[in-house]
Amino acid sequence: MIRRIDRRTFIAGSAAAGLTLAAGPFNTARAADPLKIGFVYVGPIGDFGWTHGHDLGRKAVEEKFGDMVKTTYVENVAEGPDAERVIRKLAADGNKLIFTTSFGYMEPTLKVAKQFKNTYFEHATGFKTAPNVSVYSSRFYEGRAVVGHLAGSLSKTGKIGYIASVPIPEVVRGINATAIAARKVNPEAEVKVVWINSWYDPGKEGDAAKALIDQGVDFMTQHTDSPAPLQIAEQRGILGVGQASDMKAFAPTAQVTAIIDEWGPYYIERAQAVLDGTWATANTWHGLKEGFLSLAPYSSAVSETLAAECEAIKAGIIDGSLHPFAGPIKDQKGEVKVAEGSALSDGDLLGMDWYVEGVSA
Amino acid sequence: MGFDTILAMLLTVIAAATPLLLAAIGELVSEKAGVLNLGVEGMMLVGAVIAFATTVGTGSPVLGILAAMVGGMAMSLAFGVLTLTLMANQVATGLALTIFGIGLSSLIGADYIGTPVDKLATLDIAGLSDLPIIGPLIFGHDILVYLSVAITVGVAWFLKKTRAGLILRAVGESDLSAHSIGYDVIRVRYFAVMFGGLTAGLAGAYLSLSYTPMWVEGMTAGRGWIALALVAFASWRPWRVLGGAYIFGGVTILQLYLQGGGDIGIPAQVMNMLPYLATIIVLTVISAGPWRGRLDAPACLGKPFRPAS
Repeated sequence: MIRRIDRRTFIAGSAAAGLTLAAGPFNTARAADPLKIGFVYVGPIGDFGWTHGHDLGRKAVEEKFGDMVKTTYVENVAEGPDAERVIRKLAADGNKLIFTTSFGYMEPTLKVAKQFKNTYFEHATGFKTAPNVSVYSSRFYEGRAVVGHLAGSLSKTGKIGYIASVPIPEVVRGINATAIAARKVNPEAEVKVVWINSWYDPGKEGDAAKALIDQGVDFMTQHTDSPAPLQIAEQRGILGVGQASDMKAFAPTAQVTAIIDEWGPYYIERAQAVLDGTWATANTWHGLKEGFLSLAPYSSAVSETLAAECEAIKAGIIDGSLHPFAGPIKDQKGEVKVAEGSALSDGDLLGMDWYVEGVSA
Repeated sequence: MGFDTILAMLLTVIAAATPLLLAAIGELVSEKAGVLNLGVEGMMLVGAVIAFATTVGTGSPVLGILAAMVGGMAMSLAFGVLTLTLMANQVATGLALTIFGIGLSSLIGADYIGTPVDKLATLDIAGLSDLPIIGPLIFGHDILVYLSVAITVGVAWFLKKTRAGLILRAVGESDLSAHSIGYDVIRVRYFAVMFGGLTAGLAGAYLSLSYTPMWVEGMTAGRGWIALALVAFASWRPWRVLGGAYIFGGVTILQLYLQGGGDIGIPAQVMNMLPYLATIIVLTVISAGPWRGRLDAPACLGKPFRPAS
């Protein structure tokens, strides 16, 4: 849980502890205060998905720095005006580093950042920076490329379900990466997308899974935050992939692997930068190579050969020899969007608003 | 869309409508007695987590369901004490109850995140569920689905046909008149509010034991608010609440199936609006038709009762 330490007891405690941080460009007056770090979450920490993953990152920061930091989080913060109020409150409360962990917090974060010049902001999955606002994201699509390969190999009907949240480039990119990889294995494969217009609604996510399975889908993927779709996959005896956290408990047979978000190392790095006084605006978009995401152990549904293929894809992405969006790529109308021999740039990927061939949405 | 798909879709609709119906029918009784309880979402969440925790702890889903009923009632009792005995503002107290319920359920549920539970078993009535079509459609559900319809029938009968129902409506329409002819307004309202808590608890139990058998925080995802809106749009009539819950559930599921069927040229955002639009339009048209020119809000809805002593 969050350490609730007021300043006086902290000073007493840290005097005893001897505060080893004294090395570095750190004056003692500031060293007496713990670095306050705020986190804004879009869902509950108990969603067992996206927000759960960020909160594990927050706990990693607490574990690493102990009494040198004091973290606060606010969960279930709606994207929009509410977010601005929460972010401003965190800044006004003296949090020097604030992580806003959902795409829809972009404008509120920038707005508050203008008023609190000495506070550092970190916005997840966004693309607008400022002198005191960094953005960071994970190349989830790299994980999706592996998942797409699994889906294309393991689906017998060639129909892959994809429960999508809200139509932003990040989500579209994940759908496309899945479709491209699946069609490399099975050129007839189709990714059937259902949008639920919400990041988190277990009931509706489960219903969407039922709708897809009833229409021939036998492999389930999702870009929403609860384990409900995977649980339905388990009930109906099909396979699927966990999202953001290892969801094996809910689908011991159905889950072939899970894309797991790993925010801890980044959060520790950024907190360290603030402590060292070296924080600078950054635009971080890391993937498998830097350990921003990982894949849960493959289940027994994945043969050794298939697992080796997946590992080869991972290795290719990590050493740069394989780009998940390398041409030729056609769009839904069959027109070539990316020529053979070239690949989409990061800029193209960040603004992706079209589906590749094989996506049914 | 083949016949099997349509059948499967109807099954999904029933699952989606049941929690709304359960939550709304209890709130209807509460509102008929003149008490507006905006804490449905919170009571549902507490019901959901208690049902889950009890089922995991004892291995008995029946105990889980009973515990959810008790949990929902306890929440509503707290609301009753504040608004009926202490005459606090119903709107503010109801909102507070929801916020309290979100927090309390998260606290109770903290240790249960990531714990699986078996889905509530369906009632197999002597092989009836093996019948073609009507088997799965009518006989293939768990107890809470039947209970939701039975409670609706019971509430409709109670309000319309029984003396106690008449008294309850009188309390909601004119508390002072009911009081002046000797009825205990506060007591009637306590019972109504607690019935609302009981069914909200059941709705929560349905979510965490059957709909998505798991506990995750905030798993109601706004269903309590939809239930509240249903009561008003159904102009406080049990059968319309049933219809509204099934229209809302039906259109929600239909649009998911249409999306899954491929591109039909309608943006997904519009599809996601449809359940709200359809429910509002249908129920408003019914309520505003020339044959019923008035809304049937209980006259004393939301007003505290202060007997002139």
